[in-house]
This record gives sequence, C-alpha cells and structure tokens, in this order.
Amino acid sequence: MEDLGLKIFGAILTTFMAFAVGMTYGGIVRKLTARVQNRYGPPVYQNFLDLLKLQSKKTNIAHGFMGHMAPVWIIIAAVTVLMFIPILNGNLWFPNLSFHGDLIFLLYMMVFGSLGMALGAGQTGNPNSAIGVTRGLSQMVGYEIPFVLALVALMIQYETTSVQDLTQIQHETGVWNAFANPFAFLAALFASLGMFRYSPFDIVGAPAELASGPVSEFGGKYLGTMMSGGAVFAFIKLTLYVHLFFGGAGNPDNSGIWATLAGIGILLIKTFLLYMIPVFYGWINPRYRTEQAIRYFWGWPTALGILGVLWAVYIY
Amino acid sequence: MENDKNSQKIVDYIQNFSRKHSLFVLAYGTGCGAIEIPATMTSRYDAERFGIRGAATPRQADVLLITGYLSTKTLKRVIRVYEQMQEPKYVIGFGSCTINGGMYYDSYNTINGLDQYLPVDVYINGCMPRPESVISGFVKLQELIQDGKANNGEKYRENLEHYRTNQKKIIKNWKMPDYNW
Repeated sequence: MEDLGLKIFGAILTTFMAFAVGMTYGGIVRKLTARVQNRYGPPVYQNFLDLLKLQSKKTNIAHGFMGHMAPVWIIIAAVTVLMFIPILNGNLWFPNLSFHGDLIFLLYMMVFGSLGMALGAGQTGNPNSAIGVTRGLSQMVGYEIPFVLALVALMIQYETTSVQDLTQIQHETGVWNAFANPFAFLAALFASLGMFRYSPFDIVGAPAELASGPVSEFGGKYLGTMMSGGAVFAFIKLTLYVHLFFGGAGNPDNSGIWATLAGIGILLIKTFLLYMIPVFYGWINPRYRTEQAIRYFWGWPTALGILGVLWAVYIY
Repeated sequence: MENDKNSQKIVDYIQNFSRKHSLFVLAYGTGCGAIEIPATMTSRYDAERFGIRGAATPRQADVLLITGYLSTKTLKRVIRVYEQMQEPKYVIGFGSCTINGGMYYDSYNTINGLDQYLPVDVYINGCMPRPESVISGFVKLQELIQDGKANNGEKYRENLEHYRTNQKKIIKNWKMPDYNW
C-alpha cells in the first residue's frame, strides 16, 4: 500500500515537473530569440503569466462537443504518454508505468494528441483551421518516416522494444546510442526538427498566413489548456530522445535523494541542449512550404534512417 | 471586479497581475497608423518586454488596437471582430482619427469618435503617435487593468442598445450574425 502511495506521488510529481520544465523552456526560448533579434525580450516566466491570463478569461466559447473536448484530449494524451516514459533510469521515485510501455506503443500514443487537435479544429468550421490540420498531418507523415526508421534501427540493434532496456544497455556498455548507431541518431535528429515545429517547419501555426492554424478559433481556457499540453509534450519528446540516444539520466543502483536530484539535473542539462538544436536551426531559417517540408524529410533523413537500419542489421 | 471578501481580493490581484503582463494584441490596421506597430514590436522599442505580443485571431486576443481612421465599411468589420473577442477585452484608439476624426473630420465616409460605437479604454493621441507614446498608452492600460477599472467588455454588454443604435445609424445595411459571447 505504501508502495502504491509512493507511485501516485511520483506520478503527480512527474506531471508537474514536466509541465513546469516545458513552460520554462518555452520562456527561455522566447528570451533567447529576443536576444538574437537584438531585443530585450519578455521575462523567462512570461509563459506562466500567459497561461494564468488565459485561464482567468471570463468568457470562453466552444464550437460544439469536439471543440470542447480537443484541449482535454490533448492534455490526456500528454499525461498518458508521460506516464510511459522513464524519467530517470531505474529510479524508484518516478517509476510510473515505464516498465510496461514500449516504443511501438509510444509511437501510437504520441499521435493521439494531434488527432484530438485535428478533430477539435475540424468542428470549429474555420477554413484556416482546416488548412492548418491538413498541413500538420502532411508534415507528420513527413517526419514520422525517418523517426520510425531510427527507432526500428535501435529495436533491431538491441532486440528490444523497451525504452527502459535501451537506457539500461547504454548505462551498462557506457556507449551512447548516438555513437553506437550514428545514422539512426541523425535521422531522429532531423525528425525532431519537424516535431518541435520551429522554423522552417512552423507551417502548421504560420501566424502570417493561417492566423495560427488549428487553434485559430480557440481562446481563453481552451488555448491555455492546449498550451499546457504542448509544454508537457515538449518535455516528453526531449526526455524520450535523451533516453534513447544520450544514455538517459539517473543512476539505477542509487535512488537516494541526492542521486535523484543529480539525475534530474543531468536530465535538464541534456534536454535543454537537445532542445537548442531545433531552436538554433529555426533562427536562421524562413518557413518552408508543405511540399518542401515533406520533400526535406523524405530526402536525406529517410536515407540516413535506412542506413541506420542497415548498420543495425549488418555492421553492428 | 469589486469584491468584499479578502480571499477574492487576492485572487483578483493575481488575475489582474497576469492580465496586465500578458496582453495579446490584435492590431486592426485600418489606417496609416499600422506602420507604427512594426516599429513598436521590433528591436528598437521591443513591446514584448511588457508582455505585449501579437495575436492572430480575435478569439485569442485581449486588446483590439484600432490604428487610425475608420471608414463606415471597416467599422462593420471592427464591430464583428470586437464581438468575437473573449472577455476581459480592451480597446485602444490609436491616433487623432479615432478621437475626433483627425484630418478626416469632415469626410463623408469616416466616423468621428470611436467611443460612440465601441467602448474605448485608452486613447493614444498624435498624428502619428510615435512608438514611445504607443508604449505609454499600453502602460496606462496596464495601470487601469491592475486597478480593476478596465472592464469595458461588461459595459458594452450592459449598454448594448445604446451602442447598437449608434452603430446602426452609420451602417445602413445591417446584416450581422448574433453572437452568444
């Protein structure tokens, strides 16, 4: 019973940590972008203020049942996926459900939030939303191919589909997967550019031409809930990448308070550095058109993904 | 916004603080004033350090910024946009044209005085107002929000008949959907 209480506490702690970290990373990116553009920029906690304001709007309009459910769906998907991601390798504080979920399950569940968004945006009847959704799904078809190839390469290489096992293997051998299978890593890295939707792959939001795309009819609490879900999702993707390719974080043999804090510190450093890759790439790029984005992903990233699979089958 | 309970006062304070520091602006670029907005948002004056950022659609916006003169045609669109915004919502009249018609005071198809048609929170005078005065207008709006005085969305709903009468005087072919905001 005590064990169950600890698990529930860990799950709640995980959720709040993911939310806070995702929002803070967004704020840091806004500040850094401003500095790059020679501006002073908003404070780092600006995203929290935005969220608080959106949640304290007095009127909120929904356009039917799915429009009402879409933000809820997104946040449910985000928290569900979060539960299946190992936060720290073998740590007793955040075990959640990470032993049961595998990569194939995660691949399916990560699309779930976008699907809810697509259904909700479809019901608003705004043409900008419809165009945004078609663009988003097209782009997803683009980046999922190299991403899946990279994951398949890892699965073949170590003959396991468990994220936990992949992290544990890296911990035991001492070689990060980023070096054990560099082609798969590069393919996944290119896919992450599309996943985070910074320039040049911000074709879904596209404030200039699509009026923020799928969310154009959502305001107030709905937009705020979507923002929270997006923040949790950012943390999920970063943590998953760190666990798959950068050796994860945390010491499986030691779950003491200081070891846990050190593990979280290492996780934050690794995720932040990884997050900077799409952000840096975005600063120096304008926006692609949809077909250019898909051609980008189906070009070199897919070739690298196939190389990664060949590496896993024949060379490793 | 006024409440006697002390607990509610704390909630109001926090809400007003967040509203004040997070203003999503829908810049309705009707007239020549729209050219001052890029200057205000970009690196020299950088309005984002006050939490002011552009919103793409009226649903997400808090502030409706009317930059310059309003012809009777655009007034109709502005009213539609304003009614789609979610409360609390604020209107900033920008430039002399929104105050008294400015250089178009005797024109046959522009309006004189925006506050007859929409409740305006802050006017920024000048022709053109420089980015400094735009930012000072936003700071004034922030002060009003912190004091809980910027509740013109409610005022508009309560005095809807008055505003509708004025609006229909100008707009002859009134074919507008009813909103359930």
